Amino acid sequence: MYNKGTIIPGLMIFIVFVTFPLWYNGLSAGTVPKPDLPIGQKECVAPASEMRDNHMKLLNQWRDAVLRDDDRVNVKVGGKEYRKGLQTACMQCHTDKEKFCDTCHTYAAVQPSCWDCHLTPAVAASKKETH
Amino acid sequence: MDTKRRKFLKIAGAAALAGIGAPAIVKLTSSAALASEAVQHETAAHGEVAAATGVRLGMVIDMRKFAEQPELLDQAIAACNKVHNIPHFPNDRKNEIKWIWKAPYANVFPELESIHKSEMAKKAPFAVLCNHCDNPSCVKACPTKATFVQPENGIVGMDFHRCIGCRFCMAACPYGARSFNWQDPRPFIDTYNAEFPTRMRGVVEKCNFCGERLALGLEPACVEVAKSAGAMVFGDLNDPDSEIRKVLDKEFTIQRNPAAGTKPSVYYIV
Repeated sequence: MYNKGTIIPGLMIFIVFVTFPLWYNGLSAGTVPKPDLPIGQKECVAPASEMRDNHMKLLNQWRDAVLRDDDRVNVKVGGKEYRKGLQTACMQCHTDKEKFCDTCHTYAAVQPSCWDCHLTPAVAASKKETH
Repeated sequence: MDTKRRKFLKIAGAAALAGIGAPAIVKLTSSAALASEAVQHETAAHGEVAAATGVRLGMVIDMRKFAEQPELLDQAIAACNKVHNIPHFPNDRKNEIKWIWKAPYANVFPELESIHKSEMAKKAPFAVLCNHCDNPSCVKACPTKATFVQPENGIVGMDFHRCIGCRFCMAACPYGARSFNWQDPRPFIDTYNAEFPTRMRGVVEKCNFCGERLALGLEPACVEVAKSAGAMVFGDLNDPDSEIRKVLDKEFTIQRNPAAGTKPSVYYIV
């Protein structure tokens, strides 16, 4: 092998550099987030494991159903009906975006753009109509 | 060996001829359908508008009633603004967001403008909103299909999620019914309706005929305000027994810029 002296140390430096995030955190994934679950409501539109994996797909399906296909059939959860939608369904139980959505999204370093337009319960309450 | 080659060439030639000839045969056989269509066109009067099928939601705006009660239109606009989280930019025409708004007669019906018009046309502000056209030019212009005609009810809907803010639809709309969010609208919204989203910077918006309220069995917010005075009637244009059709049968109505060929669903009694 030619240039053994530079290639092997080079590779070593590369591997150390690439795996930096792993060993810097002591090979642990940090504390797993615990989102605040709604009190008194045990059911969701789908089992928790499915919601954990696919809530973003479900939201997209709801979006297309409501806006595009005029399919505004309500969803039933625990005997109560909700209108399909982030504000009209999800946030009715998960009333705290900061303590529910953000816990995992911050941990996973994803920045969904939902809240650019959709109102979190806290934001909606900030400019509530006063009678 | 020789005979085989001869046979092969014959088959290849026949196949090539069949391939070239097939489209011509298809064209010949389908010409009957085309001919009957042409006959239908001849029977209609020149410029007559064919109605779309299915439920077509539309509106009649009775300007005589709005002229009698000048505060009614302000109330209707305020109701819409509140329900849809529409920002208010005082004295700032560039940033203005309009779903339903006021405009002078000369701007609403420029092709009908005349010197000696009625007092109402001279003075009263006209109510204008998206016409929810049967043949909307904005939908044709949209490169992302963010705006579209809902086949179920004829509403020209918008999916704000898909809008990339190119503003082609604004250029295409002959009625100026679309507004662009040049900046984050949230600081300019007075009160939030927690059941409806706001918009973000870089998105076009317009009247949605209150699709979200129709789903709840309610009438559009502006109609709810103006209905009792009879200033606005909302309903299915294709249902001969609907209230709106009765009004349309009785009164002579005009539409904005019919020459654009967009077939608006909003009618005016002037």
